[in-house]
Amino acid sequence: MTGQSTVLAAEVPFPPKVEDFYLPSILPWGEHSVWLTKITALLWISVAIIIIFFLVSYRKPQLVPTKKQWIAESMYGFVRNNIAIDMLGKRGINFAPYLTTLFVFIFLMNLWAIVPIAQISPNSHIAFPAVLAVISYVMFIYIGMKHHGGLKYFKHALIPPAPWFILPLLIPIEFFSTFLVRPFSLAVRLFANMFAGHMLLLVFTLGGFAMLNANAWFLPFSLVSWAMTIALTFLEFLVICLQAYVFTVLTASYVQGALADEH
Amino acid sequence: MITEVLTVAAEAGETTHNPIIPLWQEVVLGLIAFSILCFVLMKFVFPMMEKTFAARVDAIEGGIKRAEAAQAEANQLLEQYKAQLAEARTEAARIRDEARADAEGIRQDILAKAREESDRIIAAGGEQLAVQRESIVRELRSEVGSLAVDLASKIVGESLADEARSRGTVERFINELGPAGSAGGRR
Repeated sequence: MTGQSTVLAAEVPFPPKVEDFYLPSILPWGEHSVWLTKITALLWISVAIIIIFFLVSYRKPQLVPTKKQWIAESMYGFVRNNIAIDMLGKRGINFAPYLTTLFVFIFLMNLWAIVPIAQISPNSHIAFPAVLAVISYVMFIYIGMKHHGGLKYFKHALIPPAPWFILPLLIPIEFFSTFLVRPFSLAVRLFANMFAGHMLLLVFTLGGFAMLNANAWFLPFSLVSWAMTIALTFLEFLVICLQAYVFTVLTASYVQGALADEH
Repeated sequence: MITEVLTVAAEAGETTHNPIIPLWQEVVLGLIAFSILCFVLMKFVFPMMEKTFAARVDAIEGGIKRAEAAQAEANQLLEQYKAQLAEARTEAARIRDEARADAEGIRQDILAKAREESDRIIAAGGEQLAVQRESIVRELRSEVGSLAVDLASKIVGESLADEARSRGTVERFINELGPAGSAGGRR
């Protein structure tokens, strides 16, 4: 975006900065407000698209599905059968709705990174991954406490069946990995992937312009740089799908750990 | 990835935004938006999908079950028919044997009766013959008597008015003839 708007300018802002991720308010007034920026607009558009798509395609469900119904069903069926039931067994059906919502939401939010004109993912702002990670965190602890009965869950989660003399070492490790690192790793993994993906695209796009501006003879290098942008866009699509899947699978795996009866 | 983010953040250290510190406004908006999404999808869409899946499974499994039931019923009927057929065959064979035995019995019966009847008829015939012979002999005897008397009176020319006398003569005559006559009649 920044690159496009400054094609004719002599100075291309290179290298890209963190500030490139913080776009100004869309509203003409209150310039420094973050309530309605491109990022939050994309957030609302994502929610609207998902809701409208699912409601329209599942307005009149039929035994023999129509094409739209089939697409909506196969999204749900994918998460339900390949993530929820695979990892949680029969109980997974209860979690399939949430996991599917999570998957579809993250996927569409990520997808904005390569959609023309939008070209930035709201998930490159850590606020959204953090919200989702906290929900997953609270959810798996709540489910664990409900399943094992209150504080017994923490005993179950923290004390592995190991010889007593090794427990002083294991309990802090378990506590650290289960209750401290999990929400951060979930949030940061998604955020950092989207952030870095956007940064990479910016670097190669703006880099092409920067080289061209520095010397007209660098045109071939600029072309290579832009070709790299296209290739990286495909890579970005892979990352988009993968991160949506990983986030969902990890959430399911935390729930699985909370529901596990044995270590 | 994380280290990359950190270096970027470090480079941009003098800026007002830190990428790993969330903006609270965005947290609020994200929470609201995701809650709305969850509410709508988990309340109105996915339960319907589960229902549709269940209905579909039911339809398919119901069809299979119905087909299996029909198959079982058909098999049972087939067995039943086969059993009935076998029963009917043995029954028919039994009836045939019985009929054959009956026929044989009846034949024997009829033969025996016929033989008896013929015996009876032969016996009756013999008796009747004997009776007729007796009566014929008796008739002949009287006739022969009168004939002989007539003949004798003609020949002799003498009237034998006295019946007692003539009867005694005839009796005597016939008795003399008797042995020769009865031997000839028997033959």
